[in-house]
Amino acid sequence: MSKMVPLPTNSIIPERDLDKIPVLETRHLGIDFGGLTAVDEFNLTIGRTEIAGLIGPNGAGKTTVFNLLTKVYQPTRGTILLDGKETSGMNTAQVNHAGIARTFQNIRLFSSLTVEENVKIGLHNQLRYSTLSGLLRLPSYWREEKIAHERALELLSIFHMENLADHRAGSLPYGAQRRLEIVRALATNPCLLLLDEPAAGMNPSETAELMENIIKIRDTFQIAIMLIEHDMNLVMGICEGICVLNYGRIIAKGTADEIKRNPVVIEAYLGKKKEG
Amino acid sequence: MAKRLSKASLNGFLNYGLVILAFLVVEMMRSSGQISNSLNGQLVPICAYVCMAVSLNLTVGVLGELSLGHAGFMGVGAFSGVVAAVSLTNIIPSNGLRLLLSILIGGLLAGAAGFLVGVPVLRLRGDYLAIVTLAFGEIIKNIVNCLYIGVDSAGLHVSMTNSTALGLAEGGKVIMNGPMGATGVPKLSSFTAGFLLVLFTLFIVQNLVQSRAGRAIMAIRDNRIAAESVGIGITRYKLTAFITSAMLAGMSGALFAMNYSTIVAKKFDFNTSILVLVFVVLGGMGNIRGSIIAATVLTILPEMLRAFSDYRMLVYAIVLIVIMLATNNQKFRSLLSRALPHLREGLPAHAAGKGGSTHE
Amino acid sequence: MTFLSYLINGISLGSVYAIIALGYTMVYGIAKMLNFAHGDVIMVGGYIAFCATSYLGLPSIAAVLLSMAVCTVLGVTIEGLAYRPLRSAPSLAVLITAIGVSYFLQNAALLIWGSAPKSFPSLVGLEPLRLFDGQLVITSEAVVTVIACIVIMVALTLFTGETKMGKAMRAVSEDKGAAQLMGINVNHTISITFAIGSALAAIAGVLLCSAYPVLLPTTGSMPGIKAFTAAVFGGIGSIPGAMIGGILLGIIEIFGKAYISTQLSDAIVFSVLIIVLLVKPTGLLGKAVNEKV
Repeated sequence: MSKMVPLPTNSIIPERDLDKIPVLETRHLGIDFGGLTAVDEFNLTIGRTEIAGLIGPNGAGKTTVFNLLTKVYQPTRGTILLDGKETSGMNTAQVNHAGIARTFQNIRLFSSLTVEENVKIGLHNQLRYSTLSGLLRLPSYWREEKIAHERALELLSIFHMENLADHRAGSLPYGAQRRLEIVRALATNPCLLLLDEPAAGMNPSETAELMENIIKIRDTFQIAIMLIEHDMNLVMGICEGICVLNYGRIIAKGTADEIKRNPVVIEAYLGKKKEG
Repeated sequence: MAKRLSKASLNGFLNYGLVILAFLVVEMMRSSGQISNSLNGQLVPICAYVCMAVSLNLTVGVLGELSLGHAGFMGVGAFSGVVAAVSLTNIIPSNGLRLLLSILIGGLLAGAAGFLVGVPVLRLRGDYLAIVTLAFGEIIKNIVNCLYIGVDSAGLHVSMTNSTALGLAEGGKVIMNGPMGATGVPKLSSFTAGFLLVLFTLFIVQNLVQSRAGRAIMAIRDNRIAAESVGIGITRYKLTAFITSAMLAGMSGALFAMNYSTIVAKKFDFNTSILVLVFVVLGGMGNIRGSIIAATVLTILPEMLRAFSDYRMLVYAIVLIVIMLATNNQKFRSLLSRALPHLREGLPAHAAGKGGSTHE
Repeated sequence: MTFLSYLINGISLGSVYAIIALGYTMVYGIAKMLNFAHGDVIMVGGYIAFCATSYLGLPSIAAVLLSMAVCTVLGVTIEGLAYRPLRSAPSLAVLITAIGVSYFLQNAALLIWGSAPKSFPSLVGLEPLRLFDGQLVITSEAVVTVIACIVIMVALTLFTGETKMGKAMRAVSEDKGAAQLMGINVNHTISITFAIGSALAAIAGVLLCSAYPVLLPTTGSMPGIKAFTAAVFGGIGSIPGAMIGGILLGIIEIFGKAYISTQLSDAIVFSVLIIVLLVKPTGLLGKAVNEKV
């Protein structure tokens, strides 16, 4: 399983992105938990407007990679270059300022607040008024809050959720909560969006709609999207580059067709064929 | 948003209206002599406790952190306010101005104490934060009990041993006398001042909650990790809420203290912190109007229960337990609503529900 | 020699705190609630023992047993009436209820026994130990307290580690739902925990009042808060933690009084707590819990 399919590291970047600085580049990224190596030698490059997939069996370390990129965990070794700049020393909030937004495998909404407030919290760092002007209700407060409201509705309209703006986030059905998490992440104005199992719990028609929407988001916002997903139709359908993780290491990288035919990947997913 | 914002603002205005109305009614009753002496004496404390409850609601309801030492901040504000008021006697003859300045100084020092406690402590979680705030309250009480402050023509003198160690010059005045507390406090507080402070507290808390910072604070309460992931600096907004809350508690402490001629540290101990926490929980977490009403009713209630004489605190305790059971236990609620059908609509849906309605 | 006698006083006071803290920690570990009424159960235990010896003329051992029995029943009743209905309620609702119970116990005691302090007769009544030609005097109360504390600690460790009920307790404290699925009666287990905690509170009440023989309806409050602090200090939920926390707290308090300032001793105790929590946010022996993302 340490056998690595020899592919140049940037071979899966779409051609249109080749002349731009990659949105993300990791070098020798790894983390140990009390002596146990969870992720090791994670080298990946993602293009400006690429949709990338991160797949692998359960427990392969996929979510851990997201947690490393967003600094929920501090990496034990390696570097992360976001937009060509290192993110070492940053915390989760600062990484978000720098341009990474994410959703969570187990949904994490601000569930007692309304849908609109959830999105406005995503817009937090783009609102230009101080706490004091908020307290004193200075003109900047009214101006910025108006912008926030309009922007929130605009973002919600991607998933046709404007009419839910006044609902409590916690009261939404599961699928809508997942979509709201994506909207909230988008509201932070990222250059790289990380989606952790966006189609989990969705039926095939919902998944098909989600696939369209992910492409729509990429096209509208011109950002890169990296997603963890177990639904292979979704991954193979929209991901331009796919990275396969097993036991914390990358075992294959390539396009959907390359991954489908890769014997190492098949072995990781289905187990080794018995000899004879 | 026009609709939704107006709903939140409407709630805010309703709170202002409620307070103004209550003030006018009480003033009218006072001028026509319809108010009992004991209730008259309660007016300033009620205002102070309302401010305490609303400000604690900011920490407990809006930020979602349990504080068991809110009275400590009240104490800091009370004693620094008294020291300021006494030492400014000759410089500022106007009572109103002196009260205002003392309340501001009380608030400022309590806010500073909030900062000192908050910076190291806010990284603790849940019950650990609660115990540290409790410890802080006890430390404040303990220190005040050993603190001697006097003033003379040369300025303020401070000692931790006894009042003679202050070395006051001829004509000097001891303001704080160790375990005896602050004596000879000027009675500067009035119901009007209390009313204005309540309005100010409402203004600060409501405007904070309905702004960018307030949303960030509530986001941290609902889901810290998600809040970080959308770029919210946790420490900064936790501190904002905690310091604001401490500052407002200090201001109400100064108001409270200057309603009495003598004030001791015991007034601001653990039991007071708990009392205010009870107001907040009964009024509903994050529910500002609930805090105002609960603080008022529960401050008057022990007076009303005088008919029960010795049993009144026992009755108070039972009322407290029954309300908690009634609002939080499904079986108990249905039993109660069957027995008292007209109560069915009256009970708050979730008096202690974590992060209930936050815009009221 | 004075140092040694302070140390012994500290260990003795700390042992009382430790016994109370054990009750706090067990209840917290299993019910995840801050039982602020625990301190008042101590006070009730003190009064029962006082009545048993002063009015009924019972021998010391009988008085202690009676006090333990009454407190056990009291603790289980409180749990069943006030806390059990709130099992799924927000923790603050339970906290306020516990405070209500605390007020209730204090005021009931005030009605029954009055506000005048009762002078508690020592239930130990043995000659003090004189060492080094009488230079070091150790009261028999101190000896009994420390021995009681050690016995309780060992017994509890064996109980939670070896017996079926003890294992059920640990299971419930880890995960109520999973314990229930394994056929453990959660409510019953929690009741037993309250019973043990309250019996310990009765012992603590008797020992506390023997050492500081003034009994008031508010007698339990401050030791209750201190013991709670001790439990947090040692790492709440941990039995050896409560023990270590209690004894350290007692030593710090007595040394603070002796060498720094009598009046500021509480401030010193609580400052040490804050410093410990800043260095080790979950207490000396507490486990750090990581949130899964």
